[in-house]
Amino acid sequence: MRRSSPFAWIALLAALAGLAFLLVPVVAVFADTGPGRLLDALGEPAAREALWLSLRTTTIAILVVIVVGTPAAYLIAGREFRGRALVLTAIELPLVMPPAVAGIALLAAFGPRGILGDAIEGAGVELVFQTAGVVVALVFVSAPFFLRSAISSFEAVDPRLLAAARTLGAGPFRAFATVALPSARGGLASGLALAWGRALGEFGATLLFAGSLQGVTRTAPLAIFADFSEPDGFVSALALSAVLILVSAALLLAVKLLGGERDLAGGGSR
Amino acid sequence: MKVRRIAAIGALVAIGALTVLPAGCGGGGDEGLVVLGASSLQGALTEYAASYRGADVKPSFAGSDRLAAQIRRGAHADLFAAADTAYPARLFAEGLVDRPRLFAANSLVVAVPAGSDVSSLADLAEPGVEIAIGDAAVPVGAYTRTVLGRLPAGERRAIMANVRSEEPDVGSVIAKVAQGAADAGFVYATDARAAGGAVKTIRVPARLQPDVAYAAAVVKRGDEAAARRFLDGMIDGEGAADLRRAGFLPPP
Repeated sequence: MRRSSPFAWIALLAALAGLAFLLVPVVAVFADTGPGRLLDALGEPAAREALWLSLRTTTIAILVVIVVGTPAAYLIAGREFRGRALVLTAIELPLVMPPAVAGIALLAAFGPRGILGDAIEGAGVELVFQTAGVVVALVFVSAPFFLRSAISSFEAVDPRLLAAARTLGAGPFRAFATVALPSARGGLASGLALAWGRALGEFGATLLFAGSLQGVTRTAPLAIFADFSEPDGFVSALALSAVLILVSAALLLAVKLLGGERDLAGGGSR
Repeated sequence: MKVRRIAAIGALVAIGALTVLPAGCGGGGDEGLVVLGASSLQGALTEYAASYRGADVKPSFAGSDRLAAQIRRGAHADLFAAADTAYPARLFAEGLVDRPRLFAANSLVVAVPAGSDVSSLADLAEPGVEIAIGDAAVPVGAYTRTVLGRLPAGERRAIMANVRSEEPDVGSVIAKVAQGAADAGFVYATDARAAGGAVKTIRVPARLQPDVAYAAAVVKRGDEAAARRFLDGMIDGEGAADLRRAGFLPPP
């Protein structure tokens, strides 16, 4: 930009136009109606129940993702095996899968007529139309965000440190807990925030797989969709949207602060 | 590395251009006739639109409530075909559309998965029967509540207690039933018919039937003349024939 070439000007213009395009809809959510009415709309039981349900289901889903995903990611990161690329691709597939496809796939697998439907029913578990079904959908769509980030941060742990820990007498679990986990924590945390953000915004898979009922399966995104067409629902749709935007922004900020940009930029491509 | 990245970005831009351009070009001079139709009209109006010679028709389907909300928010459309008379009437009162005209009628049925044990309306009140209905805002949901409202209070409460999902439109209610995710769903007779062998139909007795009348209205500031011609065909022409073939009844 020292000598202002035409290209520099074009780039600046493109950057400003792009930024405005991305920001205007976000600002509009807050500016369309004004904060007072947005807050009023959040006081309504339907909106509160939707937010509370979103908070509960995403929290449970994220806990499942952490508890199962962390050791799984550690295992995959530390091993070379045949078909590793295939496993990594399978893990990342839900990342690019359209949510509606995820919903259909979950129904085909775990629905009453799905291939595992009888087994699940036999175990006395019910997912479709249940809050548990929402959690299943959220885990399915959000896990890849965590796994990707966790695998690449475990891969970045210096193997000599792990070897040193083992020489000093630490068992595999101790080496994992005292060496690998602390060194990978930035990547783990940013993967967590991204996964949470994705879970919070989940819509299509939830609607198709779990349905939509206030207090049971109607999470905030589904409530926004339902509100949109109600005669006076646009304001409450905006209010819920505003909350989701604020939470998403906080999660994204957390990713940045935790140094997750590195993972975002080049997670799986190393 | 850098070259590869540039190539990747180039490929993405090319894909984007390829997907956006055809739509963009079509929208340049002649946008086509945008027909917003209730979900239940999808089969019949898609047929009619495909064979219609008078204009390049772009049909789009969703719950009538959602379509009305889109028109109210200023979405461009030429014709609004709803599954009730209330939404077009409300838009007419707001000055957004011309006077609505009736073009079809329908009836409400209960759809159950093929091979289901549920065989009567009374069965819906049994504990453990999982029912999907339309959201209160979408016409099929409103009709369903009318039917339930005509039942004895005890039966109505038992059925409402079995409702497991309030779906955004009739299309997703019938899909839940056809998938076996729901044990029963209130849908239009035409949807149950279109689902074919996947579902079994339980009639709703005449004394409980709501008046399911479909009204359409030409949207103001759209291509009003072309929309009116298309609607004429729905009332008495090729469109009407397609509607009858799909099982819709003549307007009341």
